[in-house]
Amino acid sequence: MFFTYIYRELRRRHRQALLTALGLAVGVGLVVAVTAYAGGVSDAQDTVLHSLYGVGTDITVSQTQKLDQAGPPRFDMNPGSRSQQGKAFSRDAVRSAPGQQSVKATKVAAIESLDGVAQAVGGLTLTSVHVSGNFAQAFSQGGAQPPSGGSFSGSATAPEPSASQAPIKVSSYSVAGVDVGQTGLGPLSSTELVSGRTFTSSEATTRVAVLDKAYARQNSHSLGDTIKISGATYKVIGLVTSAAGSSSGSNVYIPLTLAQKMSDNVGKVNQIYVRASSANDIAAVKKEIKTVLPKATVTTAQDLADQVSGSLKSASQLADTLGKWLAIAALVAAFAVASLLTVSAVSRRVREFGTLKALGWKSRRVVGQVMGESVVQGVIGGVLGVLIGIAGAQLIAHFSPLLKATVGQTATAGGPGGMARPPGMQAALGQVAQTVAVHLTAPVSIRLVLLAAGLALLGGILAGAFGGWRAARLRPADALRRVD
Amino acid sequence: MLYELTDVTKRYTQRRKQVDALAGIDLTIDEGEFLAIQGSTGSGKTTLLQMLGAMDRPTSGSLLFEGRDLAKLGESDLTELRSHSFGFIFQAFNLIPTLTAQENVETALVPWHVNAKERRGRAEEALDGVGLADRAKHIPSELSGGEQQRVAIARALVRAPRVIFADEPSGNLDERTRDDIVGLLEELWRERGQTLIVVTHDTWVAGRASRRIWLDGGRITSLPADDRLFADAASGSVREPALQS
Repeated sequence: MFFTYIYRELRRRHRQALLTALGLAVGVGLVVAVTAYAGGVSDAQDTVLHSLYGVGTDITVSQTQKLDQAGPPRFDMNPGSRSQQGKAFSRDAVRSAPGQQSVKATKVAAIESLDGVAQAVGGLTLTSVHVSGNFAQAFSQGGAQPPSGGSFSGSATAPEPSASQAPIKVSSYSVAGVDVGQTGLGPLSSTELVSGRTFTSSEATTRVAVLDKAYARQNSHSLGDTIKISGATYKVIGLVTSAAGSSSGSNVYIPLTLAQKMSDNVGKVNQIYVRASSANDIAAVKKEIKTVLPKATVTTAQDLADQVSGSLKSASQLADTLGKWLAIAALVAAFAVASLLTVSAVSRRVREFGTLKALGWKSRRVVGQVMGESVVQGVIGGVLGVLIGIAGAQLIAHFSPLLKATVGQTATAGGPGGMARPPGMQAALGQVAQTVAVHLTAPVSIRLVLLAAGLALLGGILAGAFGGWRAARLRPADALRRVD
Repeated sequence: MLYELTDVTKRYTQRRKQVDALAGIDLTIDEGEFLAIQGSTGSGKTTLLQMLGAMDRPTSGSLLFEGRDLAKLGESDLTELRSHSFGFIFQAFNLIPTLTAQENVETALVPWHVNAKERRGRAEEALDGVGLADRAKHIPSELSGGEQQRVAIARALVRAPRVIFADEPSGNLDERTRDDIVGLLEELWRERGQTLIVVTHDTWVAGRASRRIWLDGGRITSLPADDRLFADAASGSVREPALQS
């Protein structure tokens, strides 16, 4: 009787029932679409941060180099003896990345022991500058001046050769020292393996290297090849790409121990990657790290996210402000319309419900009947709403333009007085800003579908509650009303 | 004695004015009586029916049904009483428009929580009793006024109540159908011996009753004295308003 009565009643006033369900559907559909859109924007932001920072990294710690420390790499270009003049030479200089000061590796353990820190891993970001060419003919015809132990600063452009100096070829690339025991966190975490493999924990002193795919292609290296770094031969065991096609990340990854040796940084790191036990701990952990390394620059994912600008940020703001409020407004309106329509339907059935009460139906049975009708409308609204939401999400994903995120427009590459940055950003920031393009998706998860169905059901229950409240107040004597 | 009413009043507030719909009713009703309640519009007929049918409570006075004072019973006791002891027939039939004749009769059995099969069986039996077995699957809009009132009678009788209340049962029917319906009610009353309380304007209907009372201004007043008028009314040759106003 309960279901028959609901079915017949809804069929009788099917237009109104459909209108109520559609109202709920539009509200719920909008919630689904906006939430999917916000989820897509959030995914895009994660992609951007991932490409710049690394998955699972909550905080990075680095220390800015002091003014009087290090300096540009120097090459001893003096041929030494006359017989060397005019002969070919090749020099490598591997140094800590510009602006970054090394700290003792014991600090990594000290940070790891802090409250709220789940894991801390050290890394070493280096720049290798390779110079090759022919020694100058110091005393050649014309009495050109001999170079006085020519020094060369590792810039991207070769100096103008003197009349007696053959052109010098200069190339530089970045090298990252990876803690092979903990590759899940550290320089490699911001990359994706394309082919081959990454390091195993037994390869701490094995001369193996993982190359950035783009760098490998530019230099015609492939998996299984050998490359020379600072005079030593390394076997290429894997190729990686930086996430979302960003140009951040290092060109070459080698075991940390070897990186430390080749750059005279034994027992030292210049980057510490930290994963907090909980997202809520990050601010506290940042403070504590400052006590261990007072001069360090501690950067959290939020700091990095705050530097993101571009169309992605606009999309995010749109989702946060307009989208959210639009969805809430539509949902509230849908709930209100459903409730009003239900109360109005009950008001038109005063004599009907009065008769049932006169026949001995308890108030809760009458209320249950009204609630049942509303819940069915809510379920129909939920199904339609999910369909509308999925369609909306598909449209968003289909028509959304490529979103661009620019990070650190005002940042510099470090250096004396400059801010140290996570290594993933280093290369990019050296070029002033890093732009990552991501395609916006609008994922509709099962959880979202359930949320939508729940909201529609809630709308139905709410409308039913109002209608039921109205029905509960009817008296059996209303059955005797003369007027319809 | 089934009912005993002593100084029953019912006061409503309408537009900040207090109106006594019933102003001191003293009345007794015996089991098995066919009582007709008459009176002009606004005289308190329907209010009295509501009090007797446990749809509402009096403002003051005592209203005993089988020794229980309905004025002092809670809402759930009144609901219980309505579902077990009373049956109602309304002027506008009050059938649920979306349910079939049989399902409408079944609604009276819902408070009893009987299983669907038994409910169906008893509803079919009740419809058969009012001569509508072949119309069981029709919804009210597919039935004539007389048929709809028969369904309403079946709904009232399906629980075999102690008292059947009929509020202007023929008010929406033509004369011929009225005769049929009132004839049916009278026949069932005679067969089953249930108490039948009918509110009516119609003197002809009232004339079928074993006893009539006349309400005026919320009070029971003396019936119009003219016996001949009653006799004429009972035979259907005279319409009522001339009686008293």
